[in-house]
Amino acid sequence: MKRLLLLLALASFPLEAQQSPPPPTARAHPDDDSRLRLLEEQVRVLTDEVAHLRSQMQSLQQTNAPGTTPGQVLLASSRIEPSSLPASPEAPAPASGNVSPAGPPPAQVAQTQTYGGASSNAKLLNPDISLIGDFIGAAGHNDVSPSRSLEMHESEVGMQAIIDPYARADAFLSFGEEGVNVEEAYITFTSLPAGLLLKVGKMRAEFGKVNTIHNHALQYIDRPLATNNLVGGEDGIDDAGISLTRFLPAPKGWFAEGTAQVFRGDSDDVFTANRRQDLSVVGHLRAYRDLNESTNLDLGFSYARGHNNAGLLTSDPSAFLTNLYAADATLRWKPLRRAIYNSFLFRTEFFWSARDQLSALNAFETQHAFGMYAHSEYRLNRRWTIGGRFDRSGRADNAALTDTGFSGILTYWPSEFSQIRGQYRYGHLFDTATSRYDNANEFLFQFLFVMGAHGAHPF
Amino acid sequence: MPRKTLLARFTAAVATFTLLASLCISPAAAAGKLQVMTATTDLAALAQEIGGDRVDVESVAKGYQDPHFVEAKPSFLLKLRRADLLIVVGLELEIGWLPPLITQSTNPKIQVGAPGYFDASRFAKILEIPTGAVTRAEGDVHPQGNPHYWLDPENGLRIAKGIADKFSEMRPADAAYFAERYSAFEQRLKQADQQWQAQMKPYAGRKIVTYHRSWPNFAEHFGLNVVGYVEPRPGIPPSPQHTVELIGQMKRDNVKVIVVEPYFDLKTPNSIARETGGTVLVLMPSVGGEKEITDYFKLFEYDIAKLKQAFDATK
Repeated sequence: MKRLLLLLALASFPLEAQQSPPPPTARAHPDDDSRLRLLEEQVRVLTDEVAHLRSQMQSLQQTNAPGTTPGQVLLASSRIEPSSLPASPEAPAPASGNVSPAGPPPAQVAQTQTYGGASSNAKLLNPDISLIGDFIGAAGHNDVSPSRSLEMHESEVGMQAIIDPYARADAFLSFGEEGVNVEEAYITFTSLPAGLLLKVGKMRAEFGKVNTIHNHALQYIDRPLATNNLVGGEDGIDDAGISLTRFLPAPKGWFAEGTAQVFRGDSDDVFTANRRQDLSVVGHLRAYRDLNESTNLDLGFSYARGHNNAGLLTSDPSAFLTNLYAADATLRWKPLRRAIYNSFLFRTEFFWSARDQLSALNAFETQHAFGMYAHSEYRLNRRWTIGGRFDRSGRADNAALTDTGFSGILTYWPSEFSQIRGQYRYGHLFDTATSRYDNANEFLFQFLFVMGAHGAHPF
Repeated sequence: MPRKTLLARFTAAVATFTLLASLCISPAAAAGKLQVMTATTDLAALAQEIGGDRVDVESVAKGYQDPHFVEAKPSFLLKLRRADLLIVVGLELEIGWLPPLITQSTNPKIQVGAPGYFDASRFAKILEIPTGAVTRAEGDVHPQGNPHYWLDPENGLRIAKGIADKFSEMRPADAAYFAERYSAFEQRLKQADQQWQAQMKPYAGRKIVTYHRSWPNFAEHFGLNVVGYVEPRPGIPPSPQHTVELIGQMKRDNVKVIVVEPYFDLKTPNSIARETGGTVLVLMPSVGGEKEITDYFKLFEYDIAKLKQAFDATK
């Protein structure tokens, strides 16, 4: 009750004050007079201060973004004075070769000042940070390669930034159910002479197409059987090394690019470096052509060579090599006027694996296995995409065993930043435990979500 | 044994590769015309106005394409690697496709922050800069402000001035030429703008609904009042609930014109128009959206003529 009274009193106070303003001419009491003078003095001080601040703000605005003074009608009034425009923030680089203490690029400074924006200045130099959550569930029957019913498959943290005027860097750390893995972390030197692009760090090798794609950017939930059987599974050829890429001369209308990479030689179960000099190499040639503005063709040939783990128990473990060859072809169609509604993609990849190993009779042999997949998808409208994939692959260590599979995929996008996908997967897979082929029928589903600014992926 | 020679082979491969690379170093086009690439056709049109025959200008995106969703096709790399100057819209409009193109172009001149990287948004008046917390609950928001700023002739002039200064800096010998072209452009644009303003004056304050938030600068300059959007949030496809609300709002406020960009589906706008007795108007946000829109002036002429027609028809 007391509290209520107090509240009422408090509430009525400003009301009263409003209702009975002091008469403007009241100057009876000397006490009032002096108080009034005091108030006047305070108002004057405040006015001065406001004027001072305003002038400061104006001068700041002028130095930062003179071209963007709002409300100024340029066309109707006078022309822009050259002096009122930014003094070309991107001043030409000093003519001398001395570029070592190349402070922050002037253009960036100007950008941050003009943009202002919501973040505080201290955060502006942070890298673009993103997290992509990848939740996968599975139901149905699969005795050969069962996956968990429900799992937070991975949470991929991406950090991307421009390092200095000569390089940018990208790092992707994937937090899975079993631990943390540096999926990729590399620096890219963008300002090399002769059109060379150098990448150094840990990266997904340029071996075919699907090997270069992160899990969340795949058009299906699982990886093709051929990837699992021949090219190292989910992570594929993903290793620490150095990569050099350059455009190659090509006939008119074609784009050609060559990539040469050298890695330490440790990539899941494809390559194993038994000694320091057991490096693995990857070469990739790409040819691309726009058939018209909506349709294009993308072709690639890849080669990889490294040591494997088949000779671990032998006297010369480094004698066992794996050679991998791949060819990929992609046909894309996306009408420019309706790019967000309809598109079509067909992609196929062929893999040939030649793996040195010991036969059942302990003799040195090379297994030649072949694998392929063909995938096609059509975007029905802004939110729905339907796709299918056919899989067929031998096993790297026993080419006589061939797994076959088919998948139907349906994807729904609530927005650009989340994705819901279902996949029916049939597999005719060889079960080594029972030494016979087994049929697998499964339903997979996936929820993907993106936080933060995840940089765009290469085409 | 192959293992002994692996390293040697790799060295040989790299050597061959490097040799091959050095053999086909592209001839430097330093002395010729200034090679300018732009992200969008509007910037290309402005650059062409200033550059005249001293520059070669080409845009990555087409005028009838949604500039948020351009594919980073390798064929663009061939053009970007020869560019002396890359002019971008900025404000994260091209964030989904331009950064990988810039990186892969292997062109040091146009890397972010390099002298050949020109962000036009720094010269323009930017609207709708969000204040307070920015989250994607608001849809695909641009934290640095609305990037569709080129649809205001005043911004066009500001950007043109920036481009003129940039060209002069890169080709001092032609500075007088660029300055002259800028003056001529300014004069023509001022005259044109007076006409445009006069044409639009009778419709000052008219309320319109647009599909995406592409038109705030245009609306502000020509005194239109955008009261709603077909998209419930930027980048989010229309939802039934929002559409019903929008129809109600349009009926209450007597809004008759629904402006749609050429790359959006007309199904929802058409059904809204049927419900409200309004009309759907496909306006071009960019030069090249229609064949006849060949320059920056024709862009406004086209849109204003269409708007006049629609306003007159729906009095």
